[in-house]
Amino acid sequence: MTKASELEPEDAIHRGPPVTVDRYGPGKRINHWITASSLILLALSGLAMFHPSLFFLTGLFGGGQNTRMLHPWIGVVLFFSFYIFFFQLWKANLFTRADMGWFTGIRDVIGGHEDRLPEMGKYNAGQKVIFWAMALLIVALIITGVIIWDQYFNSYTSIETKRFAVLAHAVAAVLIICVFIVHVYAAFWTRGTFRAMTKGSVTGGWAWRHHRKWLKDLAGRGRIDPAE
Amino acid sequence: MTNSWTDIKNTDLVVVMGGNAAEAHPCGFKWVTEAKATRGAKLIVVDPRYTRTASVSDYYAPIRQGTDIAFLNGVMKYCIDNDKVQWEYMKAFTNASYMVKDGFGYQDGLFTGYDAEKRDYDKSTWDYVLGDDGFVVTDPTLQHPRCVWNLLKAHLAPYTPEMVERICGTPKDKFLKVAEMISECSSPTKTMTSMYALGWTQHSSGSQNIRAMAMLQLILGNIGVRGGGMNALRGHSNIQGLTDLGLMSHLLTGYLTMPTEKDVDFTTYMSTRQFKPLRPGQTSYWQNYRKFMVSFQKAMWGDAARIDNDWGFNYLSKLDVPAYDVLRVFELMYAGKVNGYICQGFNPLLAFPNRDKNTKALSNLKWLVTMDPLDTETARFWENHGDFNPVDTASIQTEVFQLPTTCFAEEEGSLTNSGRWLQWHWAGGTPPGEAKHDTYIIAQIFLRMKEMYQNEGGAFPDPILNLSWDYADPNEPTPEELAKEINGRALTDLMDPADPMKVQVAAGKQILNFSQLRDDGSTMCGCWIYSGNFNEQGNNMARRDNNDPDDTGAYLGWSFAWPLNRRTLYNRASADLQGKPWDPSRKLLEWDGTKWTGYDVPDIAPTAKPDEIGPFIMNQEGTARLFSRGLMRDGPFPAHMEPFESPVANVFNPKMRGNPVSRVFQTDVAQMGLSDEFPYAATSYRLTEHFHYWTKHNRVNSALQPEFFVEISEELAEEKNIENGGWVRVWSKRGSVKAKAVVTKRIRPLMCDGKPVHVVGIPLHWGFTGSAKKGLGPNSLAPFVGDANIETPEYKAFLVNIEPSTAPEEATV
Amino acid sequence: MMDSPRTAVSNPPVQPMESNLTERDLVRRSATSELPPPERQLTPVAKLIDVSKCIGCKACQSACVEWNDTHPGIGENVGYYTNPHDLTEDMFTLMRFTEWVNPETDNLEWLIRKDGCMHCADPGCLKACPAPGAIVQYSNGIVDFVHENCIGCGYCIKGCPFNIPRISKVDHRAYKCTLCSDRVAVGQGPACAKACPTQAIVFGTKEDMKKHAEHRIADLKSRGYTNAGLYDPPGVGGTHVMYVLHHNDKPHIYSDLPDDPKISAVVQAWKGVTKYTGLAAMGLVAAGALLHGVFGRANRVQPEDEESAERLVDSAGGRREDA
Repeated sequence: MTKASELEPEDAIHRGPPVTVDRYGPGKRINHWITASSLILLALSGLAMFHPSLFFLTGLFGGGQNTRMLHPWIGVVLFFSFYIFFFQLWKANLFTRADMGWFTGIRDVIGGHEDRLPEMGKYNAGQKVIFWAMALLIVALIITGVIIWDQYFNSYTSIETKRFAVLAHAVAAVLIICVFIVHVYAAFWTRGTFRAMTKGSVTGGWAWRHHRKWLKDLAGRGRIDPAE
Repeated sequence: MTNSWTDIKNTDLVVVMGGNAAEAHPCGFKWVTEAKATRGAKLIVVDPRYTRTASVSDYYAPIRQGTDIAFLNGVMKYCIDNDKVQWEYMKAFTNASYMVKDGFGYQDGLFTGYDAEKRDYDKSTWDYVLGDDGFVVTDPTLQHPRCVWNLLKAHLAPYTPEMVERICGTPKDKFLKVAEMISECSSPTKTMTSMYALGWTQHSSGSQNIRAMAMLQLILGNIGVRGGGMNALRGHSNIQGLTDLGLMSHLLTGYLTMPTEKDVDFTTYMSTRQFKPLRPGQTSYWQNYRKFMVSFQKAMWGDAARIDNDWGFNYLSKLDVPAYDVLRVFELMYAGKVNGYICQGFNPLLAFPNRDKNTKALSNLKWLVTMDPLDTETARFWENHGDFNPVDTASIQTEVFQLPTTCFAEEEGSLTNSGRWLQWHWAGGTPPGEAKHDTYIIAQIFLRMKEMYQNEGGAFPDPILNLSWDYADPNEPTPEELAKEINGRALTDLMDPADPMKVQVAAGKQILNFSQLRDDGSTMCGCWIYSGNFNEQGNNMARRDNNDPDDTGAYLGWSFAWPLNRRTLYNRASADLQGKPWDPSRKLLEWDGTKWTGYDVPDIAPTAKPDEIGPFIMNQEGTARLFSRGLMRDGPFPAHMEPFESPVANVFNPKMRGNPVSRVFQTDVAQMGLSDEFPYAATSYRLTEHFHYWTKHNRVNSALQPEFFVEISEELAEEKNIENGGWVRVWSKRGSVKAKAVVTKRIRPLMCDGKPVHVVGIPLHWGFTGSAKKGLGPNSLAPFVGDANIETPEYKAFLVNIEPSTAPEEATV
Repeated sequence: MMDSPRTAVSNPPVQPMESNLTERDLVRRSATSELPPPERQLTPVAKLIDVSKCIGCKACQSACVEWNDTHPGIGENVGYYTNPHDLTEDMFTLMRFTEWVNPETDNLEWLIRKDGCMHCADPGCLKACPAPGAIVQYSNGIVDFVHENCIGCGYCIKGCPFNIPRISKVDHRAYKCTLCSDRVAVGQGPACAKACPTQAIVFGTKEDMKKHAEHRIADLKSRGYTNAGLYDPPGVGGTHVMYVLHHNDKPHIYSDLPDDPKISAVVQAWKGVTKYTGLAAMGLVAAGALLHGVFGRANRVQPEDEESAERLVDSAGGRREDA
């Protein structure tokens, strides 16, 4: 049996049929979507300033000046929304021994043969990687972003520091966009996932299939509606 | 300037001492860089501070302020000792061979005839031995011990390199290097120019500073030649014009002098101004004094100046003191003896020393009129600005009238530059608001006064009622009308002296120049030296022909230079006794057998034979004076004198304080500081970013140099625990200022007479009106004493103390 | 008419003139890959600053403020003659003062250098700029900022090896010396050169300026400055603002003038490899996902999964967690 910390307070099973399992409360869902939209806006505005061929994206923000002005503020929003999220989820995202099996069976993951893998808790190893990658990259981006936020912080660092910061910011941004793509695609590919961030719940079958250990733990701990 | 700005490009060596040309005259300084770039000329700077000029110099030597005479006497001695004299020039063109009266001597820092009580010399022995023929006795062999040359050598004897180091703090090796570089210019084909300014004049021995260099230049044969000369860099665009036009209390126009109480009538007045030649055949141009004076009187009073009333001589006021210079006027104001003051284009609250005294003096006035384009501190002297003007407004009853005037760019007229060029300029803009031309304001004051005299009479209304005021619009004479009046015109037909049947100038026509002036009342001329500026050829000041044949730098077709469009004074001295140029590559004039030809207007009659008539035609001798007779109050030779406030005693006479004949008012004696209480040697100066107290009203200049500061050495900063950029308080016996400290390597302590002397530099551009940060200036600190001859205040050397401090406070209300 | 003025001293014609510097004369344009080649090659121009002739009078600063109509603030004295204390969006050029004791002679030298844009042949600012057309380079060598295209990101500051551009706190656009492109375009030299009283600043074709510098260097060498030389740093392809330095062997003594300026390797990496590999990486990941989505089988929840879940829930009963 896993530690209670890998479960979150609002996680609970509702008897069916069909069985549904609460995965995210409304707070987390709102937060997720704030984070998600921030990230998308940041990617669009950042890419506009990253490569000339994408400069046209500044049009989405009302021109280059506005893009330059808005981007860091959106970054601040992302940082706070994500980190609220982070402190709610980080314990559930600690790696476990079972995650090793997931990594070694990565072919089966991609092939969709989850029955050949160890049973996963609330988050599988891939989700955990995404979580920690996001966490680290956002820290990197906010730090380097503040360093190059000349409007307010120009005088605090040297130009040489800023040069390294702007390079690191670009590299981190590329990585986070890649992570973001993987994250979105995984959610799309693993059908039945989106409702976790819309309705807040998943079907029992989804939980059984992808996060059986989580489901079993919830059941084992009696986080189930009382029998009628 | 004996020469012109443009002539500086012809020099081989520029000596900037007693000035900071790059800083205070950046535009004129271009001719120094030109000489350096095209002729390979060298630049020497001798200054207490490593200045902006020093930054582009070839050699810099430090000197303690106020010791320039010792330095220059040392250089003269070096040149004489090392046979670096242009002998032929010196023998022919100076009074070196003239015999001096037996009684004359020098001992313990004083010349013969000193009266400590009167603070004056009896100068009767300071003169030549005259022969039976009335001419000076000379010894052309220079052997006689009483000839000027040998007296000079004896006078210079103490000024060894060691003595120079002891007095000036200039390390011996640096002094010798400078002396050597200067001495090279004794060659007829090498010339040196001296560029100086207020660093020499603003001393109690200021006139002697300049004399010492002039003598050195004469010994080296550098006066009257291209690239040579004594070049006073005037501090305002038109300050040369100020003195030329007689704006000093003891002068009329063209250096004619004001009568004194002793001049009871015109004959008496003229008797001391006849200037008969002291050597046979010499020109002594001042023999024409009467022509200039009568023509001046005719310009002033027209038909009312007649031979039967001494040409209106009694319309002129008569001086009861040597001069009503600014220090005296403020002293009188301070004593409550002046109750009204018209202050035109002048900011005395910041310009004159001892600001506290100035404030009290202005507070004694019943009324003060200021005429200025700017809101000056003087106009607001009654306004409390905290530490920046700590006055009790309620206690000041002076009524102030501020009359806004136009600035130079809003008016037409001429400016006379340092090189004596009268350059006409045109208005570039229309005056703002209620601003009026100065001429309009003065005309209004005059017309109203005249009306009052007409209606109410007075003790002596004649000078006012009879004043010539012949202008198309009496309310506002035009600059052209005034310029024509200055040039002068014929009042009746002038017949040609060579051909009495021929009319030289018809009545009413402008005269060609002052050579046509008469002393019989048939001509008028406002300022004889300017005559020729606006004659029948038109406005010569407006000429803008920049042709310069053979690149001599003369530019004869550009503007008009006084006198007679002459660009280099004493230019006859550029050629030897046969009339051949000393340096053929730098010919200025040459005698072609019958007349002088060349690139400049000869400073001698064009047909005056080279071996007969000396080049210095304004002197009775026809030569230049190494020995100045009784013409200067403090001695016929320059002698070392300490400033009134000096960190060290005078080595020649430790009891002597300052210039022994400088005028010191009784009220100021108690306000002189001693070095035990005020150990540091202060000096004041300009910065290139600003012009006096004007440009702090301009936001651009204010941004470039925003705030009052003082400069000190790293050594003094360490000793006093002063931080660079921190606040300090600097105080003298007369006042105290707070300033930012600029701690710099450009000022170093000097070792003088065995002890270190720390220099405190105090720039002068800040006040409490305008755009820049409010600040104070050196005039809060400087002593109320001036040069013995001309009363220029001793701004360049006085004593202060310094300590770290807090920021000054603004007025709380 | 000549394509560029040859001096700043002579007075140009007074009649109105068409601008001689147009879009047609651009050789580089920031964030623009397909710039049509210019129809003509203008004569390269240069401003030569002879440090040894400079008296630090700041007339250049004053002229720059007047011509560009900027409004620098009135600061305070912090112990130096350099005012304002740094280049600003209102002060495109600045006299920097250094008190340097020459170790060889033990003499003080007051080194005064007019700082400002060097107009690099290989301009780092332009390379770094993400906004199309915000920084341009004309075929005469002038590197100019086009303010309406500027987005205020400050990347030019990071790209510049000389620390020159400044971003306005008011309109958030980058400012620097334009080499008076608007004056040069109509036959006039830069305002600073025009105002310089000692002609320490001269302007003309780059070739002429190099020749002029040779004379100056010869003069300086004759005065004992054996290391006098021309500062035209090859690391940035040469510059269109050059210095005559008395100590060309150590430019850094002149208020940190870079000894061997280059566009920073970090900036090169950022604007080079990162830009391309970054785009490629993002593209690859996106393409991989897309391909997997199209060709791979979706991971669907099966009916037996639901059944298994129901069984689990039923068997688990309603025990309380804390029971």
